[in-house]
Amino acid sequence: MKKTLALTTALVGFASAAMAEGEVNVVSWGGAYEMSQVEAYNKPFAEMTGTKVNMIAADNPATPLKAQVEAGNVTGDVFDIEVSDAIRLCDEGALMEIDPAALPAAPDGTAAADDFIDGALLDCAVANIFWGTVIAFDNSKFEGDAPATAADFFDLEKFPGKRGLPKNPKRTLYLALIADGVAADDIYDKLGSDEGVEQAFAKLDTIKNDVVWWEAGAQPVQLLADGEVTMATGYNGRFFDAMVGEGKPFEIIWDGQYMDMDMFVIPKDAPNPEAAMEYLKFATDTQRLADQAKYIAYGPARKSSADLVGMYQDGETEMAPHMPTNPDHLTTAVMDDPEFWADHDAELTERFNSWLAGS
Amino acid sequence: MANATDPHAASVTTASGAGDGTLTTADGKPLARALARSQGRARRRAFLLVLPLLAFILITFVVPIGQMLQRSFHNDGFSANMPQISQWFAENPRGTDIDEAAWTALALDLQASAEERSIGVVGTRINYDVPGTRSLFTSTGRKVRRGIEPPYRETLLDIDEDWGDPVLWGAMRDASTPYTGNFYLASLDRTRAEDGSIEMVPERQQVYQMLFMRTFWLSLLITGLTFVLGFPVAHLLATLPMRKSNLLMILVLLPFWTSLLVRTTSWMVLLQQQGVINDILVWLGVIGDGQRLQMIYNQTGTIIAMTHILLPFMILPLYSVMRTINPSYVRAARSLGATSWTAFRRIYFPQTLPGLGAGALLVFILAVGYYITPALVGGSSGQLISNMIAMHMTDTLNWSMAAALAALLLASVLVLYWLYDRLVGIDNLKLG
Repeated sequence: MKKTLALTTALVGFASAAMAEGEVNVVSWGGAYEMSQVEAYNKPFAEMTGTKVNMIAADNPATPLKAQVEAGNVTGDVFDIEVSDAIRLCDEGALMEIDPAALPAAPDGTAAADDFIDGALLDCAVANIFWGTVIAFDNSKFEGDAPATAADFFDLEKFPGKRGLPKNPKRTLYLALIADGVAADDIYDKLGSDEGVEQAFAKLDTIKNDVVWWEAGAQPVQLLADGEVTMATGYNGRFFDAMVGEGKPFEIIWDGQYMDMDMFVIPKDAPNPEAAMEYLKFATDTQRLADQAKYIAYGPARKSSADLVGMYQDGETEMAPHMPTNPDHLTTAVMDDPEFWADHDAELTERFNSWLAGS
Repeated sequence: MANATDPHAASVTTASGAGDGTLTTADGKPLARALARSQGRARRRAFLLVLPLLAFILITFVVPIGQMLQRSFHNDGFSANMPQISQWFAENPRGTDIDEAAWTALALDLQASAEERSIGVVGTRINYDVPGTRSLFTSTGRKVRRGIEPPYRETLLDIDEDWGDPVLWGAMRDASTPYTGNFYLASLDRTRAEDGSIEMVPERQQVYQMLFMRTFWLSLLITGLTFVLGFPVAHLLATLPMRKSNLLMILVLLPFWTSLLVRTTSWMVLLQQQGVINDILVWLGVIGDGQRLQMIYNQTGTIIAMTHILLPFMILPLYSVMRTINPSYVRAARSLGATSWTAFRRIYFPQTLPGLGAGALLVFILAVGYYITPALVGGSSGQLISNMIAMHMTDTLNWSMAAALAALLLASVLVLYWLYDRLVGIDNLKLG
């Protein structure tokens, strides 16, 4: 009896200590991207508020979020997820609504609602960065001409070697269509039709036997570095990190980049919603978003942050040419269409799997 | 304890009763009943001892699995959030014209559901059956959240003319009761046509039947390979002197104790195109630098890695059975003129069957449900049905579909188990 009493007392003491201190569990994407968030958001936040920030890595944080909500056991406070997932989960009532008026204004006094780029504020989500899925290749593997377009990615004769592609329909079908000559603006019309999807799969068929499929964002960089593949698509910030941070001989092809936003959301049943909201406000202010670009090549979601973006942390690399939002990189860029994917993700994933599993 | 009603005492002082033939205890009760009562008490006490285990199994195993399986035929995403239109479907049989009452019910349900933010759940449920309709629900929901005015039919058709689609109404009717067999149909690559009959899905969308076949075929192959590789090892372990066999046993157990992920990743390092094996082959000049072998990220990778990982499950039961086989039987056979092959075939091998049966069953059942290893090294051609279950659990979050696939897998394993019992006999099993 005495023992039980001591145990429960200890537990209660522990629990209240944890509450008093306050902790925020942030689920993000791991790797170089997570590192940039730790440096730009977490460390200064912990220093300022004394709140401990636990960073948890996932291949795609929406996956644990959905599972936690479905199972009724939410352990994360803040999740960093894609737009389509944010819209979907908001519609299903799983997320806290976020009032734009609660977000800090820009340094010149512009309200947050006007300072964020169009589409960066949703009912339940606040964007932090723009990021691109791009093609990268190992420069040392090709003699003579280097690949320069999305079509070259599918040209195994001219540029031999394996290809790395993500194992999902969202970031593969569009690339096949771009390489097949479809204009960036027509991508979703095409993908909405049966013939368009057929066309995309037919194009993918031409390289199917030479594809290594990846699932986590760190994998394409590893596959390129190991020499398992000569070209791969992946997240531009990760390639930047390998190129500039680690001096790997990679080059990025901006033709046919797929641009997406990452958004911070707070689940309705978050264990520590107040601290989560504080964290979210802090992380999406002008200075913090600009700071993140010091560590990784992703574009801030606030207009006022753009001017504050300068050099990479090494102090000599200009960030602008590496940003997915650079105007030069947007000519053939495909913007993510969350509504389209909310509707068709399940169907196209099924078709994609069926295509993948068939020999 | 030793009072007059003690039945144990009674059993010693039997037959003290009247001469009517029945045995009674000292206090005159029939002996049979007293005995049954005392044994019943002992049984209850024994039952109380296993009660914790029973409760544990019930809470951690039977209930969750039951709940999960229930999802495969029970999904109330639509019916719970759209009560009025579900009611209308219940009152009007298939084929009834969609009247004003139906439109009113639909419109009011949509409005209410959008207001409490459950419209996404409703849309997701219908989207399973009619792809591309999720946004119809959510975008309409956004427009009517603040209220909707009659005439409802015109208002809804005005928002999106897809609301008049008979296929959509058919799907809503299917979803209006929480019980459905559609997830099982989908698990077998089948779907319900507009008139309610069952048909195959288009060929390019068929995947599950093929994956079930592949899963069973690969599991069988892996079981066979573990037998071929494991049998000699087990025999060696059983016949070597203790000192040497202990060392060998550690070699078998060491990988068994190593984390699954570590072992799988090691295979990636060994087998990949720029990996150790290919490097050695190129260095030896067996193959050119341009013809490196593709041994991973395909079916070969899955087979190699899974065979290695499941090998101990074959070796250990075999070993424990072989240890008990008396070597003099084989010697006797040899001395009676059998060749070593005949002695092995007719004398030794049949005695190992209980171990072989246990090992094969273990390996096969484990292989059927494997998913981490194929996910990591299987590429596209080495994926198994469990990878689809995992995908529906974590990615598409269609837990009903995952449950239906899992239930089919479970059922087919049970059928195989039953077959095994009929053909070999489960009493013959020896696990260790």
